[in-house]
Amino acid sequence: MYFRETGQFKSKYKEELAAFPIFEDKIGIAIAALLAFVLIPIFGLPGLSWDFTMSAVMIPVVIFTITTLGLNILLGFAGQISLGTAAFMGVGAYSCYKIMTIFPDLNALICVVLSGVVTAFVGTIFGLPSLRIKGFYLMVATLAAQFFLEWAFIRIPWLYNYNISGAIEVPYKEMFGIVLTGAKSEPLTRYFVCLGFLVVLTWLASNVIRGRIGRSWMMIRDMDIAAELIGVRPLTAKLSAFAFSSFYIGISGALMVFFWLGAAEVESFDINHSFTYLFMVIIGGLGSITGCYFGAILVWVVPVILKEYGKSVFGIDAFVMENFTTILLGVVMVVILIVEPHGLARIWQIAKQKLRLWPFPY
Amino acid sequence: MVNEQKKVMMEVKNINLRFGGVIAIQDVSFDIQEGEIRAIIGPNGAGKSSMLNVINGFYHPQEGEIWFRGEKRPSMEPYEVAKTGIARTFQNIALFKGMTTIENVMTGRQLQMNKNFFWQLFRYGPAIEEEVEHRRRCEEIIDFLEINHIRKSPVGSLPYGLQKRVELARALAMEPELLLLDEPMAGMNVEEKQDMSRFIIDVNEEFGTTIALIEHDMAVVMDLADRVVVLDYGKMLADGTPKEVQSNQAVIDAYLGVAH
Repeated sequence: MYFRETGQFKSKYKEELAAFPIFEDKIGIAIAALLAFVLIPIFGLPGLSWDFTMSAVMIPVVIFTITTLGLNILLGFAGQISLGTAAFMGVGAYSCYKIMTIFPDLNALICVVLSGVVTAFVGTIFGLPSLRIKGFYLMVATLAAQFFLEWAFIRIPWLYNYNISGAIEVPYKEMFGIVLTGAKSEPLTRYFVCLGFLVVLTWLASNVIRGRIGRSWMMIRDMDIAAELIGVRPLTAKLSAFAFSSFYIGISGALMVFFWLGAAEVESFDINHSFTYLFMVIIGGLGSITGCYFGAILVWVVPVILKEYGKSVFGIDAFVMENFTTILLGVVMVVILIVEPHGLARIWQIAKQKLRLWPFPY
Repeated sequence: MVNEQKKVMMEVKNINLRFGGVIAIQDVSFDIQEGEIRAIIGPNGAGKSSMLNVINGFYHPQEGEIWFRGEKRPSMEPYEVAKTGIARTFQNIALFKGMTTIENVMTGRQLQMNKNFFWQLFRYGPAIEEEVEHRRRCEEIIDFLEINHIRKSPVGSLPYGLQKRVELARALAMEPELLLLDEPMAGMNVEEKQDMSRFIIDVNEEFGTTIALIEHDMAVVMDLADRVVVLDYGKMLADGTPKEVQSNQAVIDAYLGVAH
């Protein structure tokens, strides 16, 4: 009996179509926002140093949530599998670098958005095979994208401005006198930039998904023949999903390099990272926006925190702890997928359902 | 009922459909008149579903013409056919399993909704008004088919009969002029069949929708249909009112077999 829908009557369709029709959900979101915007930036996470909390936990998890959102739009909502996520993040990062070089006076945030647009174009091109092939075969085609783009990042020196290091070097940028990027920028600034992007992008994604375009993606995912019969053109639906998803992934790639790592080589965009993002989506829950948050938090935050606690609280050797967390995370993933194949989002949903009726079983 | 010269809505002429060496449909011609319930019957593998697929644009016949509303229809893809006002249900339920009933019905409104991506992105102004307006239409259809109680249930968990009804709701949400039903009563018990028949007649009478249906239950077909086409091995055996078809020797032979 933690919350009840009883008594929350909706007399207009508009009210029912709202993002959070239930009052208790609004409270939950407010608490989460309070944590992310106020409490954690002020106090950090318990047991971890503030600097570490920001630069190793919060900034990356926010960025990876954006990546996961992007991949989930493609995989969970449109049903098109992709293994090229990391490479598309690379497209975002390198194009952001090029845009900053070509237009040195352009605002850093606009550069990030533009790099998302460039990635959307590239993603659409690599999405073309999806019109012909499905499932595992499409996966292989996107794998080709991964390998080709990685090759391009090394072999085309124009992309990294002919730097001797072969890496992206993040330039100094500021806005309203606040340093945004470069070595001198404050972690707090970078965190709030990333968080701002996450909030806006989540809102946009949830809007699109609940509307006509989102439904056309889900139609293609669930039953493409019936979708075609209702008038969904597969070409438009699939390619728009690739474009929209790549836009998110591109932005997250640009944020990752310019607001987190500070410098990046091609190793940051290799296939192992693609798999990690795929794990986040699957563990979090396919076709769920809340799931993206859960997935990114479980796969990224939990191991980092465990490692730190292992060192500071139990005094376990860092190397041992590293292996231990890998094993533990593997076990947790397998257990979650056996217990609930639809991921954490579904577990959350079931829990809410139970809480609604608690203490009665039905 | 005196059949005073009704307008022909759709006419298929000399359709030939082959898959490699297999002849699925051979020289079949018939018409569908405006406002009627037209049944297509025949034993298994007679080419009934293939015929619907031809009308839908899934299959492109090697020979033959399709005339729709007095015009010859060029070769079309299914999503283009949908725009001309033809809706369809499937023999094996083809609902969107990941969505709830109301969402499934809303998908039928896809073509009527046209607010562009940027309105959708912000879900504000015209986009949300459009959503509400179409939601209202869908609720009317849900009321009409008496599936209010399962509005928010995921369709995958519904019993078979209700799934069929949701599929009909989705097709009706398209507000079609011609509704193709591929075995709407397959696998149903008597009661469910009665309900379904009632809905089909209601749709035909209240919305004036022209219906073409494939069905194996002869009692249902003979009661519902205004006119019946009989196919067997891809060829047309008979075409006429249920009474004419029932007394046709070729049809009786096809269904009962011939003594050798």
